[in-house]
Amino acid sequence: MHPGRYQGRGTEMMPINARITRIVDETPSTKTFFLGLTLDGKPGQFVMVWIRGVDDIPMSLSYPDAITVQKVGDATSALFKLRKGDSVRIRGPIGNGFTLSGKSILLIAGGVGAAPLAPLAEEAKGKKIKVKTLLGAKTGDELLFVKRYRSAGDLQTATDDGSEGYKGPVTELLDGLDLREYDQIYSCGPEKMMSRVLEVAKGANMASKTQFSLQRYIKCGMGICGTCCIDPSGLRVCVDGPVFSGETLVDSEFGRYARDASGRKVRL
Amino acid sequence: MDLTTDVGGLKLKNPTILAAGILGTGAASLKRVVQHGAGAVVTKSTGVSPREGHPGPVLIKTEHGFLNAMGLPNPSYHEFVRELEMAKGDVPVIASIFGSDAREFEEVALGLSKASPDAFELNLSCPHAEGYGATLGTDPRKVKEIAKTVKNAVDVPVWVKLPPLANIAEVGLAAQEGGADAVVAINTIPAMAIDVESGYPILGNKVGGLSGAAIKPVALRCVYELCAALNIDVIGVGGISSWKDAIEFIMAGATAIEIGSAVHDDINVFRNISKGIMQFLEKRRCTLDGIRGVAQK
Ligand SMILES: Cc1cc2nc3c(=O)[nH]c(=O)nc-3n(C[C@H](O)[C@H](O)[C@H](O)COP(=O)(O)OP(=O)(O)OC[C@H]3O[C@@H](n4cnc5c(N)ncnc54)[C@H](O)[C@@H]3O)c2cc1C
Ligand SMILES: Cc1cc2nc3c(=O)[nH]c(=O)nc-3n(C[C@H](O)[C@H](O)[C@H](O)COP(=O)(O)O)c2cc1C
Repeated sequence: MHPGRYQGRGTEMMPINARITRIVDETPSTKTFFLGLTLDGKPGQFVMVWIRGVDDIPMSLSYPDAITVQKVGDATSALFKLRKGDSVRIRGPIGNGFTLSGKSILLIAGGVGAAPLAPLAEEAKGKKIKVKTLLGAKTGDELLFVKRYRSAGDLQTATDDGSEGYKGPVTELLDGLDLREYDQIYSCGPEKMMSRVLEVAKGANMASKTQFSLQRYIKCGMGICGTCCIDPSGLRVCVDGPVFSGETLVDSEFGRYARDASGRKVRL
Repeated sequence: MDLTTDVGGLKLKNPTILAAGILGTGAASLKRVVQHGAGAVVTKSTGVSPREGHPGPVLIKTEHGFLNAMGLPNPSYHEFVRELEMAKGDVPVIASIFGSDAREFEEVALGLSKASPDAFELNLSCPHAEGYGATLGTDPRKVKEIAKTVKNAVDVPVWVKLPPLANIAEVGLAAQEGGADAVVAINTIPAMAIDVESGYPILGNKVGGLSGAAIKPVALRCVYELCAALNIDVIGVGGISSWKDAIEFIMAGATAIEIGSAVHDDINVFRNISKGIMQFLEKRRCTLDGIRGVAQK
């Protein structure tokens, strides 16, 4: 993997029109949109979704042919208004995606961060890799893809309000685990959660065996504009990421700040 | 073989420069481009107040090149000045700035001067931000006034970046009269694309600017005419992705070249172009000065 290259190069797809074939209500705040086409993507890769007349936004693949969206603002609200038969324009898959390795893996997912990790769990299971998942959300009914994680392996849940599973941050479940039992640790979710995962992994000398999927403001999604570059490496989240090894993220902006649409730094 | 180039008041290790608005939002990515061989880097254009830019899509790839309408997103010079300070290092860093009139240009230039950029590049050429860029750059009087105002305000070289125009030499002369140390040509060409499924213009801003291989012949003609008409250095930009493209611009008379869209295929494009130029010159047993402007017949 050469970080300087656009990973999608060569196989890069021109945008295509995708007609929504099915919409599934996953939790009160998230829906899955099946796109009626199979993107040749791997878990952790994303697509740029153009909601016509509104915006073009990054969404991870939650299935080979679907995205799972949390409603947070303009574009996601517009997406929520679409019905079966409506269409969006899709470009992707983009980015590097997770690299699956080892015989036993640990996943730590928070909120809609569970979307890109669920297909990874399933791929791992298919390859007879042992999967353990720690899944967190604000409330029990916001826990995403519980069934998928459970059928892929062992699942422990945590909620902020204690309505299901452990009451407290999902990262506190790490205290009960021996990280050395896992060959690779994958995480996606709120950045404070992920940076805690990295801290714990670092403490166990396992930073190099962690992979995180980052969220940064993505504009062009082609590695040209520079909006999503992270300090101090200057790597582009859109094409050099969005998945980075914990080793790359140690002593970086990760967990501390990000930039908004104008480029201003915002504390996390 | 030595590729050292004196251009617009700066000394560069090689004549490849990162173009404005490409990987230029932060110090870290500018430095990464330097690691990939750029002889100098130009920052993203900065203005007086923060702008989030246009809604997406802001950049699309067509069969014939890239279309963008970023909308000049920037955190304002108040915040960017710190980033600029950190960007300074092994190669010259040129601050690209924009404003709606001479006073705004002056304000931004003075604000960023605290970080001691090696030069300023005045964006008088962005085609898709109402009241900025090309709105000013098509008017020779305004170009001269803005160049003169910034030149008087700062003590580093001032470059003026021009839009593709039929009368580009006239506007270039205005920049020269205003005291510019170099002109940079060209910015993107006004353009658009329409989604046939829905009838929507694809860019969030509906119209934007074309860049990449498709605009090279247009840029080359602009550079050719500027070089014939001006005494100051001309920096070529538009569709350059290989050493051959670069040599063409230098033969047209360009002193140095800027590279934008081509980082999409390979961020190492700067090193590759330098290497290619070097091999070309060695084979020909000549120098950059020896081939510069040979097409001006
Ligand atoms: C690689 C990647 C994968 C993602 N995958 C998913 C996913 O699978 N499911 C999901 O629900 N969300 C995902 N997101 C986040 C999603 O892109 C944003 O929630 C969405 O863009 C919000 O748009 P909006 O107009 O509704 O919100 P806005 O009102 O515009 O903004 C709300 C917040 O969303 C974020 N945001 C807005 N625009 C962007 C953008 N262009 N790029 C990144 N962040 C943005 C900002 O933090 C902003 O504060 C992903 C983000 C990235 C970078
Ligand atoms: C995404 C993008 C953003 C740009 N932003 C700026 C900018 O902020 N200021 C500017 O003067 N030119 C800007 N440009 C224009 C480029 O600097 C360059 O003039 C143009 O793209 C032609 O060169 P190229 O074909 O090598 O890309 C931008 C171009 C692109 C593609």
